[in-house]
Amino acid sequence: MRPSKYIFISGFLLAGLLVAFTPLPVPRNEPMHHIFHVDSRSFAFTPAEIKVDRGDLVTIELTSSDVVHGLYLDGYELEISTDPGQTNQLTFTADRAGSFRFRCSVTCGDLHPFMIGKLQVGPNLLLWRGAGLAILAALAGVWKFHQ
Amino acid sequence: MTRKPLNSLPGFNFWIKSRWPQLIIRAVLLGGFIIAILAGFLGTPVGNRNISIVAVWIAWWAALILVAVPIFGRGWCAICPIPMPGEWLQNKAVLGPSVNRNSSKVSRRFPKRIRNIWLQNAAFSLLAVFSVVILTRPIVTAWVLLALILVAIGVSLFYERRVFCRYLCPVGGFIGIYSQQAPLELRVADPSICATHKEKSCYRGNEEGYGCPWDVYPGSLTANTNCGLCMECLRTCEYDNILINLRSSGDKLPAVRGGSLDSSYKAFIMLGSAIVYSAVMLGPWSGLKDAAYQIGSLTWWGYAVGLLVVIWAALPGLFYLVTRAAHKLSPSFHNPRQIFNTHASVLVPLSLTAWIAFSLSFVFANGSYLVPVLSDPFGWGWNLFGTSNAIWTPYLSQYVPVLQTIVLTGGLFWAARKSQQIAEARNAPRQSWPIIIFCTFITVSLLWLFVG
Repeated sequence: MRPSKYIFISGFLLAGLLVAFTPLPVPRNEPMHHIFHVDSRSFAFTPAEIKVDRGDLVTIELTSSDVVHGLYLDGYELEISTDPGQTNQLTFTADRAGSFRFRCSVTCGDLHPFMIGKLQVGPNLLLWRGAGLAILAALAGVWKFHQ
Repeated sequence: MTRKPLNSLPGFNFWIKSRWPQLIIRAVLLGGFIIAILAGFLGTPVGNRNISIVAVWIAWWAALILVAVPIFGRGWCAICPIPMPGEWLQNKAVLGPSVNRNSSKVSRRFPKRIRNIWLQNAAFSLLAVFSVVILTRPIVTAWVLLALILVAIGVSLFYERRVFCRYLCPVGGFIGIYSQQAPLELRVADPSICATHKEKSCYRGNEEGYGCPWDVYPGSLTANTNCGLCMECLRTCEYDNILINLRSSGDKLPAVRGGSLDSSYKAFIMLGSAIVYSAVMLGPWSGLKDAAYQIGSLTWWGYAVGLLVVIWAALPGLFYLVTRAAHKLSPSFHNPRQIFNTHASVLVPLSLTAWIAFSLSFVFANGSYLVPVLSDPFGWGWNLFGTSNAIWTPYLSQYVPVLQTIVLTGGLFWAARKSQQIAEARNAPRQSWPIIIFCTFITVSLLWLFVG
């Protein structure tokens, strides 16, 4: 391998590490307590998307309008379920930033595996870092052959 | 490209040439296939409690797209049970060639006009519009599996060799294009031996094995696409001239060996369906899920037409505009259509990694359904291994988005590298730029769907 290739590979790896791990300034607001009433029905959560800031206290009041449903929050690994007509609560501190799927955890019918919602905590840095890495990957793909 | 033949490994040729290991694996899989069909018809209609859904769309799919295709290419085709009964009937033998192997054997060729993958593209598209129902309702999965095996038997009785696998199987089509990237290949060691060998037993067969079931002449094999790794040519070659190689990179670029519109379309179909499935199945938009599920309703027609438009018109149309821009930016003696066909191959790694990323979230979230289903495959209340009450637990949910990001950006690097190689092989290096910008746009869109 020629020295220029070493430099090329090292340069792009370093840039990739910088994009992936450089701490970014995230505006910190005073933590708040958010209460969301989430209705689960017919393979859908309403609302299907919830946004909070990192550090906020989040309470999800889960209800069901048809059959027994559950809610499992990816990343936080928290779970609750609720019977039709009843309300069950889940309270947690949103201490991990990013976008997290929540999904039904109780078999509720054919589309059960696809009954999915989304919790966004603060800015979704993984998406921005991923986009940065994608641009870097595209440049690396082109650049390599001009060395 | 560096290659390392695996044939020199101790016992490799013995185990590969012996028909027993392959037959046993295929027979076990055929048994599983039959159980999946029976469970679909007779078992519980609850998808994640029925082995037909869990074994096929979670376990098999994970093994196929996360392991078999990226590593072994068409390795799955070597052990696929679907063509097995048809082959037995066609060959009038189960294990090896019968003594009267040429007697009354089917010798009808598949019509030349359709010796391409357009039918596979159409079959995949047809399944794609019903996919949400196929993936969730055991009885529909059972009908699909039964139809596949019946069609495979039917064409085996009517046409020679494995026509179903080569031209009809909706799965075989995409495995074929993805196998071009696999680190495993079957090639001849010395082409001059093949050139002077008059009998061409690898293609015609002999007492040791059948002529290539995939209708390929191994002596001129330069791409993995149509080689089903069935190993018949290893058995029939009298000179041990067939090698299974580990290789450092994929098949030769289409700039060198030429691209075809049916293969280009396969890449668009796979990429487009990965995008649409990710939005429908993994996104928070319940309206989309309902539309995909309510077959026959107005919204389903909207979904079906939308899906078909995306994979057959919008994505290829957009890519055609991109290739026109590429042609303007860096003119070469190739016209935009040729650029379209050759550069479409860069979508192969991009769509493969899109499917891997899609499958990661689907499989890790739902993989634990396999545990109770193994004890109670039909959902009849059995508890064969004491695991039927195992609780659903998503695996690695914290890490899946990171894995998806790595996989997608890796796919983009791979695609960009291929595009640049193609452009440089044509002395038009800037031709790759619009293509790579297009691939970057697709990758960022997929990132938004998966981790956004």
